[in-house]
Amino acid sequence: MRQIAIYGKGGIGKSTTTQNTVAGLAYLGKKVMIVGCDPKADSTRLILHAKVQNTVMDLVREKGTVEDLELEDVMKIGYGNTKCVESGGPEPGVGCAGRGVITAINFLEENGAYTPDLDFVFYDVLGDVVCGGFAMPIREGKAEEIYIVCSGEMMAMYAANNIAKGILKYASSGKVRLAGLICNARKTDMEFELVTALAKKLGTQMIHFVPRDNQVQRAEMRRMTVIEYSPEHPQAQEYRTLAEKILNNKMLVIPTPLEMEELEDLLMEYGIMEAEDESVVGVAEAA
Amino acid sequence: MSDKIRTIDGITKESTQAMIDDALSVYPEKAKKKRAPHLAPNDAASGCASVKSNKKTVPGVMSARGCAYAGAKGVVWGPIRDMVHVSHGPVGCGWYSWGTRRNLMSGINGVTQFGMQFTSDFQEKDIVYGGDKKLDTLLHEAHDLFPLAKGISVLSECPVGLIGDDINSVTKRVSKELEIPIIPCNCEGFRGVSQSLGHHISNDSIRDYIIETREFAEPSTPYDIALIGDYNIGGDVWSAKSLLEEIGLNVKSVWTGDGELEKIAATHTVKLNLIHCYRSMNYMCKVMEEKYGIPWLEFNFFGPTKIRESLRAIAERFDDVIKEKVELAIAKYEPIMQAIIDEYKPRLDKKKVMLLVGGLRPRHTIGAYEDLGMDCVGSGYEFAHGDDYDRTAPEMPDATVVYDDPSEYEFEKFAHALKPDLIGSGIKEKYVFQKMGIPFRQMHSWDYSGPYHGYQGFEIFARDVDMAVNSPTWKLVKAPF
Repeated sequence: MRQIAIYGKGGIGKSTTTQNTVAGLAYLGKKVMIVGCDPKADSTRLILHAKVQNTVMDLVREKGTVEDLELEDVMKIGYGNTKCVESGGPEPGVGCAGRGVITAINFLEENGAYTPDLDFVFYDVLGDVVCGGFAMPIREGKAEEIYIVCSGEMMAMYAANNIAKGILKYASSGKVRLAGLICNARKTDMEFELVTALAKKLGTQMIHFVPRDNQVQRAEMRRMTVIEYSPEHPQAQEYRTLAEKILNNKMLVIPTPLEMEELEDLLMEYGIMEAEDESVVGVAEAA
Repeated sequence: MSDKIRTIDGITKESTQAMIDDALSVYPEKAKKKRAPHLAPNDAASGCASVKSNKKTVPGVMSARGCAYAGAKGVVWGPIRDMVHVSHGPVGCGWYSWGTRRNLMSGINGVTQFGMQFTSDFQEKDIVYGGDKKLDTLLHEAHDLFPLAKGISVLSECPVGLIGDDINSVTKRVSKELEIPIIPCNCEGFRGVSQSLGHHISNDSIRDYIIETREFAEPSTPYDIALIGDYNIGGDVWSAKSLLEEIGLNVKSVWTGDGELEKIAATHTVKLNLIHCYRSMNYMCKVMEEKYGIPWLEFNFFGPTKIRESLRAIAERFDDVIKEKVELAIAKYEPIMQAIIDEYKPRLDKKKVMLLVGGLRPRHTIGAYEDLGMDCVGSGYEFAHGDDYDRTAPEMPDATVVYDDPSEYEFEKFAHALKPDLIGSGIKEKYVFQKMGIPFRQMHSWDYSGPYHGYQGFEIFARDVDMAVNSPTWKLVKAPF
């Protein structure tokens, strides 16, 4: 069983990319479980054609304790026999979403969700590693392979580099490795080249460049992956290619994250950022 | 198990049910509905649980329960004497659980035993930036201070689980650096409904980190056993162990009262596990049975009747050598026990006792009271499960009240109705009932006394019960009923 965690900046398209990739793997005959690690609980909707799946934490809240939960209460089967679980958690501003992730994963382990017939487990993790709870999927004995979803946008690349820093901490004491960047294209300038260059600097690869295509949105409106909605569409082929690349990926590295200056140099090199002019710092327009 | 069903004059299933209904009548509808299944008259004949158990405590009623951390620190890990036990988190949990359980330890403090309070004393910065660095430092410091400690347990308090610190990776790394076992125990207090989950989590951590990592130095013999689920409260282990040795058994390790880490780690080679507290250690008995084929046997060392039954049941698992020694021991001690009974029974005969303890004693001590002529008119547990209540039904007289995780209100109400001569429970209940003019003994800690296990313990038990019930003090206090 290969356990894979997907990280990336908020809104970059992690859940969409994860589900389409998983659909690609299921299409190739692989048995997959998705564990959504985000209180928004939108990591499985395209696989299940559901608005929101009943989450582990929702049911814990309803029943009072996690001990009263049964696996079948929280695990749903979707497209291609993919098993789906959402950790769930509080609305923004209250409680502790990170603990929800820990509780949910502990529950899955203790109740035998990790069956030997699974080829892959995918953890789709909220925006950034903000607390220990969101690092739960990459603790020892869990995901050893991490993909970062990013784009050619500056902030997405900053986030990717930050996540690489987090991975480095876990990689140096355990088996966690960076397996690649997935570029979910936003059609920014020099996007392919820039993300390829960032991947190289991080010591990894851009495993696939997923072009921007509105077919993804059309499928999403029907709560479907592109692969299920329009298997013949070129975009479906892109996700199948990504799935195949992940299936055959052997490049697992300890990342070499960049210092802020190096990252800015890279952006300048590709003309995304202009060289800093110290003489204008702190000078108001009217001055 | 008793062979005949006993009854108490004036107690019928109807009278007990009426008493329960009366207690429930003041509750709001929802609370009443939740509490009702946890209270019932005993059905001794059925031999199975009459009440629901191991459920979340109803909000708004006082409960005597503890937390998962308490189950790990106080019960399973804490009594191991040659380890440093770290309460990982803010200072209070460790401080207030220090030495309060009276699990006695032999050895020299700081040299061969470490019955002291170690905590990472979390501050704001540890919550915000994570406590992993502090834990790393603490583990090194603990080892520097006490290089003779055989290992360290790290017991998580609530905040560690909330901020999601990965203590398992820190302990793994430092364990390698220091070359001693360091065991992470994810026993955050908010997990589970009571301390019971803390026992289970601790058993799991023994399974995952300890068992099978050492071997006994001496060659094995057919009489090698482990004493499981005895926490040496007031010296219980010492009394039980000497009796087991007297009947010819080699007590290779004790889980965990006055226990030693390396012996616990080598327990996978014993021939039989003898388990006293089933609730807190059945998990590892089952693991050792499945993994190493070690059978296990429950026994009861409270009071001469149960001791005799238990010794004979133990003898059945061994050859004639042991059987003979068991009979010799019984023959030796029974006259001494009879002398004790002769002394105290006249003053205790027909006295009534009510019990509320943790997960074992509400059933296991009944026989000892009966040896003194006393009747148990009500019993219940803080954190028992269904299998404990199954074992309780045959021990209690028929139709007496069984209460699971009772509120103080229910307990008081039953005491008013049943007018017991003694209540055996814990420190949280003690003063409530003493102020009501009811004699009281602490059945968790033995009230600064003990041991109560074994033949040696029965003498002390009988003396303590007599001292409580027949103290002239009570003649000076007017009971409110």
